Amino acid sequence: MTVTERQQLSYIAAQAADARVNLEIETEGMTLNIGPQHPATHGTLRIVAKLDGEQVVAADPVMGYMHRGYEKLAEVRTYPQVTTLINRIDWLGSFANEVPFILAAERLMEVEAPPRAQWIRTILFELSRIANITLFLGDMAVQVGAITPVFFAFRDREHVLNQIEAATGGRFHPNFDRIGGLKDDLPAGWIAETRRAMRKIRNFCDEIEELVEGNEIFQARTRGIGVIPPDVGLSYGLSGANIRASGVDWDVRRDSPCGLVHDQVDWKVWTHPDGDSFARFWVRLQETREATKIVDQLLDGIPPGPIMAKVPVIIKVPAGEAYVETENPLGVMGYYVVSKGDLNPFRVKIRSASFSNVSITPWLLKGVYVPDIITILGSLYFILGDIDR
Amino acid sequence: MISLLAELSYWQVTSIRLAAGLVAVLLVAGTLVYAHLFKMVSFMQSRLGPMEAGPYGSLQLLAEIGKFLQKEDIVPRRADRFVFKAAPFVVLTSTFLLLVVLPGGPDAWFITTDLGIYLAMAVSSVSVIGILMAGWGSASKYSLLGGLRATGQLIAYELPLLLAVVGVVIQAETMNLQEIVLAQANGEIFGWGLIGNPFILTQFAGFVIFMIAMQAELTQTPFDMPVAESELVTGYMTEYSGLRFLLFFIGEFATAGVFSAIAAVLFLGGWYVPGLDPADNLFNVLGPLVLMGKVVVLTFLVFWIRFTFPRFREDQLQRLAWKFLVPLALANIVVTGVLKVVV
Repeated sequence: MTVTERQQLSYIAAQAADARVNLEIETEGMTLNIGPQHPATHGTLRIVAKLDGEQVVAADPVMGYMHRGYEKLAEVRTYPQVTTLINRIDWLGSFANEVPFILAAERLMEVEAPPRAQWIRTILFELSRIANITLFLGDMAVQVGAITPVFFAFRDREHVLNQIEAATGGRFHPNFDRIGGLKDDLPAGWIAETRRAMRKIRNFCDEIEELVEGNEIFQARTRGIGVIPPDVGLSYGLSGANIRASGVDWDVRRDSPCGLVHDQVDWKVWTHPDGDSFARFWVRLQETREATKIVDQLLDGIPPGPIMAKVPVIIKVPAGEAYVETENPLGVMGYYVVSKGDLNPFRVKIRSASFSNVSITPWLLKGVYVPDIITILGSLYFILGDIDR
Repeated sequence: MISLLAELSYWQVTSIRLAAGLVAVLLVAGTLVYAHLFKMVSFMQSRLGPMEAGPYGSLQLLAEIGKFLQKEDIVPRRADRFVFKAAPFVVLTSTFLLLVVLPGGPDAWFITTDLGIYLAMAVSSVSVIGILMAGWGSASKYSLLGGLRATGQLIAYELPLLLAVVGVVIQAETMNLQEIVLAQANGEIFGWGLIGNPFILTQFAGFVIFMIAMQAELTQTPFDMPVAESELVTGYMTEYSGLRFLLFFIGEFATAGVFSAIAAVLFLGGWYVPGLDPADNLFNVLGPLVLMGKVVVLTFLVFWIRFTFPRFREDQLQRLAWKFLVPLALANIVVTGVLKVVV
């Protein structure tokens, strides 16, 4: 068989190309856009990840795809109208959003809700925490690949939502909190029903503990992944279960209570020393249990009395400024309200937990693998409405 | 059946075999989708599943197929058009090729060859090429990542799959699947031959390794990193729509069925049920049904695990394959070989 000159030349060229590749083997980075439309980002968070193979070199969260301008809108609404807006910030635990704003307005007006309203407020506050975190417990399993637990989460969250609906009339956006108290009293039979719901939630927690937390694959996927040291977490402004999972014993409900009656009941702040994704999951699981205990104790001792304090029909808030923060399901949420004595607030600044919690992602995602991005984002647990507002 | 076929002309035999092959793939895939994906999983997740189309939603699958056939066949603009379009057919081809060596009864088979299981293991690798084609041809980063992950995973788990089979081959002294069934049917346990000798008893380690490796070959959870829907959307299938997605979908469930059938033949006695003479002509009708029953049991295991467990990360599942399953399978071969010589 004769070899033509052309074939010989191409052979030499191929060998030269091989040698070049062997000499200077170099890999090219790839930029992967995770989001804004992506099944794992529950909402429209976009992560721009620069990858080397499957390893993340740099990751930047891009926010603002769902910005709705609530701070600006609040300036042209009267005080009672603002609660309708801020219901939509953390849409899984809506009632908890209303509480700090109402407390700030009450502080400016120097009114205090009657004890009965305070107790019911605290109960609903904790119920919205349970409704919110229940979904996280199922969702975290989806992030690492098990799709069944989330159905259990939806099933059992329903019991809590039913109670919120029975008391407030709204399943997701109650708009129930008023300056000086609450809109209505509790319906008949609500307390016994809520106790039953709390029992079901505790069963759900046991189920999740067996099904998800005890699973070896789940532990292999979450232990040691996305470790946040306490000092780094604090410097990024992390709060809530994310910082408690790093061993920082800080809970606004216990440390600086204002207007809510968490100090009247016996409960415990859970922390975990590890600071990894598993610890964040574990702390939230314990917190859900603890919240059911808080609700159970509060149900025992709801004081009698009126549900509203004496407030004028047209609410004018005297000039001044107030900042109130509470321990919401996602972390510390605060409202800084400035009033010039009008019907509308002059300025409202919302400090939402998820915004700070997500800001740590560029630091946290450096060097992890692509599957771990999803685990870490899932365990940080943000809600897009809470980031973008 | 042979005598019956001998009187027919070549094209008649071919069309009968083609029809049998289609029925074997589509019917099995349809049954598995309905029984496991629609119903069993729904009951696991405290919901009803499809209830409207047909009694208890049994015609839901036809409705789904109708839906997929109506959809537009979208090809991404920068895709490698030929590779993109051919990929689902390559994947499905491997499923049909796997079926060729499966015996359904004493005379009910497509081909019978002494290379039986060897051929099956060889053609099962063809799907890797199809998946890599899909991952590369889609011109999507998610697809590419999914395709590469799938390739790495499928090649890694081919090894324990193959090594798990070796134990059975040593014990049966043949690679012919038909004779492996007969060896189990005619075998006896310490002189007690009532239920034959299904190799799951003697090759239990091999069975477990085979099932784990099979789960990985099928890219089912906990080994579904290549299609991880919470991070890669659906991996190499992301850009597919309409008919081509349907082909991937059928391929996934049909392959689950065919792999389970191979596991049933190797470890559970294939088409044989205890108490009857394996040469009985009855088995040519009963055999495929018995095999189907065993397939349903094994796929139940596959889907039970699929919908219960979280998924392994890429490096973790490679570690499982190379550091745990391969040494275990090798040890199993050594033990089987020694016992074969000694006993």
